[in-house]
Amino acid sequence: MEKGRYGKHGGQYIPETLMNEIIKLEEAYEFYKKDPEFNAELDKLLAEYAGRPSLLYYAEKMTKDLGGAKIYFKREDLNHTGSHKINNVLGQVLMAKKMGKTRVIAETGAGQHGVATATAAALLGLECEIFMGKEDTIRQALNVYRMELLGAKVHAVESGTMTLKDAVNECMREWTKRVDDTHYVLGSVMGPHPFPMIVRDFQSVISREARAQILEKEGKLPDVVMACVGGGSNAMGMFYEFIPDESVQLIGCEAAGLGIDTEKHAATIAKGTEGIFHGMQSYFCQDKYGQIAPVYSISAGLDYPGIGPEHANLHDTGRAQYVPVTDEEAVQAFEYIAKTEGIIAAIESSHAVAHLMKIAPTMNKNQIVICCLSGRGDKDVAAIARYRGVNLYE
Amino acid sequence: MSKIREAFENKKAFVGFLTAGDPSLEKTEEYIMEMERAGASIIEIGIPFSDPIAEGPVIQDANVRALSALGGCNTDMVFAMVERVRAKVSVPLVFLTYLNPVFRYGYEAFCKRCKEVGIDGLIIPDMPYEERGELESVAEAYGVDLITLIAPTSRERIQMLAKNAKGYIYLVSSMGVTGVRSEITTDIAEMVEQIRAVSDTPIAVGFGISTPEQARMYSETADGVIVGSAIVKLIAAHGMDAGKPVYEYVKSMVDAI
Repeated sequence: MEKGRYGKHGGQYIPETLMNEIIKLEEAYEFYKKDPEFNAELDKLLAEYAGRPSLLYYAEKMTKDLGGAKIYFKREDLNHTGSHKINNVLGQVLMAKKMGKTRVIAETGAGQHGVATATAAALLGLECEIFMGKEDTIRQALNVYRMELLGAKVHAVESGTMTLKDAVNECMREWTKRVDDTHYVLGSVMGPHPFPMIVRDFQSVISREARAQILEKEGKLPDVVMACVGGGSNAMGMFYEFIPDESVQLIGCEAAGLGIDTEKHAATIAKGTEGIFHGMQSYFCQDKYGQIAPVYSISAGLDYPGIGPEHANLHDTGRAQYVPVTDEEAVQAFEYIAKTEGIIAAIESSHAVAHLMKIAPTMNKNQIVICCLSGRGDKDVAAIARYRGVNLYE
Repeated sequence: MSKIREAFENKKAFVGFLTAGDPSLEKTEEYIMEMERAGASIIEIGIPFSDPIAEGPVIQDANVRALSALGGCNTDMVFAMVERVRAKVSVPLVFLTYLNPVFRYGYEAFCKRCKEVGIDGLIIPDMPYEERGELESVAEAYGVDLITLIAPTSRERIQMLAKNAKGYIYLVSSMGVTGVRSEITTDIAEMVEQIRAVSDTPIAVGFGISTPEQARMYSETADGVIVGSAIVKLIAAHGMDAGKPVYEYVKSMVDAI
């Protein structure tokens, strides 16, 4: 009953067909987590394949231009495959292989997690199938082809709203069909226990590095640590090692789409209510009767109606704050960081940059902010062009 | 003895499923009556959910049709429909839905309403044994049997699952989601034997059953069969005029067991 709980959130709400598999997964994880051989292999992959540690970059121009706190970016966009997703995927796919699995499946929204999974599967020699909402396969056509180049089979999901939540539904259905040889590489800190814990642990490398890097560079802890939040994996990774540091303010930036006063948003903490869905108790955008709402964001990676259970608890306890950021604010931040720092950041990460632009000027020059640049924005260029009325086709 | 248990007394049970509100709540009422008239022992009523992760395409589509039907379909409207039909049928009625709609309604309010309108049992495919906790005690207090599902992968869990099972045990015949299957490869007889070793709760086999031959075969081993997608498919094909085909189909299945 209390397994995998974060306050009242979390749990294991899945069909009986998957229960034994999820118990086996937890046992395997508890074993490999402490296995020196597994950790040595994973560390080597992270260092020599993914390119870790990622840089902690001092954004001097933005700091001067915004005229407040000292701004650092944790450059997950520089990882192989272009986002933080690789951290989790290398861990899970390596573990799946050791568990004797020959096939992995994964959901993807923006395509970053799908690309990362397809990459790890290619490297480690596992069969790979990716489920992606049909709507997202159109928004992110380039990533679909990228996954296919990497040897993965991509299924365009046509049920429901044809976005990330439906891709998760389809993965769960597929997993119940074929559980013996297949591992479901869940891409965020969500779903049934032990996934929120596994993904958080594999992503916590972000804050482990960032904490050591900032102490080395500045000799003190940051005042604010921030990241964008969909399901919440880069944010959980960015927050985790700072949670015990009470002086560090943690801020998650969720997608407000056209605004939280419209029906077109994906702002789970701002507008969601408690629910039980996709294997977990947490907050969800839903109606009075518990029907999951069709959410919206310009960012396919944040276009999800729920949030990981550990974030829900960080919100409940007040340890982290969650703020909504609109499409327009994110696009402006996308353009601003490109022009100011020469970095094309993912539209997901640009949600965090947008809020950073609001708070940095209000802070003083002795204060430090670390913002996670969870991914690079090459994939978003065509969509941003369209948003600005430029007809650009990939 | 609960009404559900009585349905298995001295006979094999045919359990039919349909999605409430597909194509309309008035028609659901009518089709429930047709199913009872054709000899169904228990009727499972699906409360539509936006994201039914245990369902195959047939029942997924029925959920979409119900939720997007003119006038809509929500939990309160389903309760009202059951209240109306309960006055006309005596067959045990069981809800099948996902945990979120029940959670949002409130466990207490939901089970209380079940009792008021005459619902006898509740099936929640995304709530495993370990998470039954609070809902189990509330359901019990209102005399609603919380049905246990046992899957081909349950293996050593069977004893724990079957031991305190209420109403009937929903034996999931196959891996994957609901839907018509030409072949079922699970060794049902072996699973039935394992369940019977620890429980005398009736066992109904579901997932993938659609033909009278399959129904006959599985009702020989188990205490009944559950058929969903095949009925929902008929309703999808005949829409507002599915009364007669549903009656005839259920009758053919009841006659086979």
